[in-house]
Amino acid sequence: MLSNKTDYRKLLMTLLAWSVGLLIFFPILWTILTSFKTEADAIASPPLFLSFDWTLENYTEVQERSNYFRHFWNSVVISLGSTVLGLLIAIPAAWAMAFVPAKNTKNILMWMLSTKMLPPVGVLIPIFLIFRDTGLLDTLTGLVIVLTLINLPIIVWMLYTYFKEIPGEILEAARMDGATLWSEIIHVLTPMALPGIASTMLLNIILAWNEAFWTLSLTAAKAAPLTAFIASYSSPEGLFYAKLSAASTMAIAPILIMGWFSQKQLVRGLTFGAVK
Amino acid sequence: MKYLTRAIASATVIASMFTTSAVADKLTIATVNNGDMVRMQKLTDDFAAKHPGIELEWVTLEENILRQRVTTDVATKGGQYDVMTIGTYEVPIWGKKGWLVPLNDLPESYDVDDILPAIRGGLTVDDKLYAAPFYGESSMVMYRKDLMEKAGLEMPEAPTWDFIAKAARAMTDKKNETYGICLRGKAGWGENMAFLTATANSFGAKWFDMDWKPQFDSAAWKKTLSFYVDLMNETGPPGASSNGFNENLALFQSGKCGMWIDATVAASFVTNPKDSQVADKVGFSLAPDAGLGKRGNWLWAWSLAIPAGTEKSESAKKFVAWATSKEYLELVASKEGWANVPPGTRASLYANPEYAKVPFAKMTLDSINIADPTKPTVDPVPYVGVQFVAIPEFQGIATTVGQQFSAALAGNSTVDQALTNAQRITERAMKKAGYIK
Repeated sequence: MLSNKTDYRKLLMTLLAWSVGLLIFFPILWTILTSFKTEADAIASPPLFLSFDWTLENYTEVQERSNYFRHFWNSVVISLGSTVLGLLIAIPAAWAMAFVPAKNTKNILMWMLSTKMLPPVGVLIPIFLIFRDTGLLDTLTGLVIVLTLINLPIIVWMLYTYFKEIPGEILEAARMDGATLWSEIIHVLTPMALPGIASTMLLNIILAWNEAFWTLSLTAAKAAPLTAFIASYSSPEGLFYAKLSAASTMAIAPILIMGWFSQKQLVRGLTFGAVK
Repeated sequence: MKYLTRAIASATVIASMFTTSAVADKLTIATVNNGDMVRMQKLTDDFAAKHPGIELEWVTLEENILRQRVTTDVATKGGQYDVMTIGTYEVPIWGKKGWLVPLNDLPESYDVDDILPAIRGGLTVDDKLYAAPFYGESSMVMYRKDLMEKAGLEMPEAPTWDFIAKAARAMTDKKNETYGICLRGKAGWGENMAFLTATANSFGAKWFDMDWKPQFDSAAWKKTLSFYVDLMNETGPPGASSNGFNENLALFQSGKCGMWIDATVAASFVTNPKDSQVADKVGFSLAPDAGLGKRGNWLWAWSLAIPAGTEKSESAKKFVAWATSKEYLELVASKEGWANVPPGTRASLYANPEYAKVPFAKMTLDSINIADPTKPTVDPVPYVGVQFVAIPEFQGIATTVGQQFSAALAGNSTVDQALTNAQRITERAMKKAGYIK
């Protein structure tokens, strides 16, 4: 009887989990389905779920109109570049804050986070002018720098939380065995915090991939990533939802696939230290 | 030493490659992603064949994103773009500030006098043309001929608001999801405020008097907003306060609207049998009036302008002249048919018998011709612009006022409250900007 009750509860929880999962995934599914419709089917009322004439014409047209691979490559460079640069800065910073905290470490952490609370448009003009004067407008280098700076507080915070879980005694032991500061960070701390670093890295790649404000404001033709690619298909005058959906599907597909394959690592890292 | 010699030789070769490619002027063109502009992008080869020394690089974006990017760029002289697509709202403001290169020296073959006077007037500041129109549009009534006939009415070529209200009531059949009229309700300076400002002009209302004092407390504005809210509540679709151009287009194309007053560019969408269920049942007429001498239609032109920050203004002028020329219109017609030619810019297009066969051609021209951005209202006003006021503060003020009017349509406030708030908001903004004390 007890076993039946447990089974029943398990089934209920599974059903609930699937329902919530589907609910969250539904907008993406709808976008993918719309990308295979004609423009007329895309606005049909009542909406058509699966019973429509499937077509690939939207993908063909998007390919003809835009240079997808250039935008894709720019997104890859910006996301990976800003993530690697961010980690290089954040790992030593988080180490210092976690293992040799000063009097104001907590305040510094809060201050770093507070920079995320500022509406980005508030600093658009100064940053635009700095970029203009340094020749960084519409360059991948410029975007890597700005996205690194934007995501740095989150990277530092996440790494700080993971590092706090690691017993300081292990690092002390390494030091007693003659490890230098850098070999302590590289050979002892980093391997132990690898799940945390990996999930931080993945999350940062996703954040950088999806960042739209700066990538749209600081680029023109050369460094424009996939966010600009999508923006070229949204139109306030004309119903082009099917083409917009095709462009969106092409833009989110790489990050969706990456998230799918790395979900184990992502969940493990995000729940690291959550349950003691 | 051998390696050094090789390295120097390689560097020289690479440098010479870059030098060779740098001979061509590369123009970066920022443009909106509507059908006509996308078509122009596809015809780049024609320009390249005529101007082998100039390469084109396109940045095609959604209107609001484009506006934000080009505004930042032109205001800071960022120099990212060599040609920009901007509207009739931006041209007078940017022209006055010296942010644009004047286009008065275009070649004689360009025939600047062929540009429709209403459109040209909106792009000229102190006798200097600051942008060349790529396509122009006004607004007009699109209506279902079958429903009008069923209601026992006949649409005049130049209807009054009273007739529109009468027809909307007669065509409404809410049980069968047929709504007499679909109008913009979504808040925004380019959304509900474009329609309402143009409508207000026809009711004798205006944004400001000659001393820049806001006029929302006038009887004419009350009449405008009351008429709009009452008509929409009685005959409009549900949730109209969230409807913009695209939402109304979807409703009209699926046969749910008896009438729709909106941009003339919509005519090509609603008559396209591929996307519209009512393609063969659509008629057109001029925007309505209230007998005061002004009709409720607007005027807009997407135009090509050259920012003062560019170093390639000569090449940019060649591109602008090509894209807005008579020859370009013929090129589009030869490739895509006359119905796909960018409308509303040149008188010669409307004199062309082939183009006259396009069903909405005449009504588009008539609508453009009766709009006058320099005299938009019944009484004199100190500003230029039909559905907008060409001052930098307008976008912000009109979007906030649009939210008040959208709330009145949604039933969240009364017409009186919305107008009182609009007056207060506008007065405060105009005082802050130094127009009034």
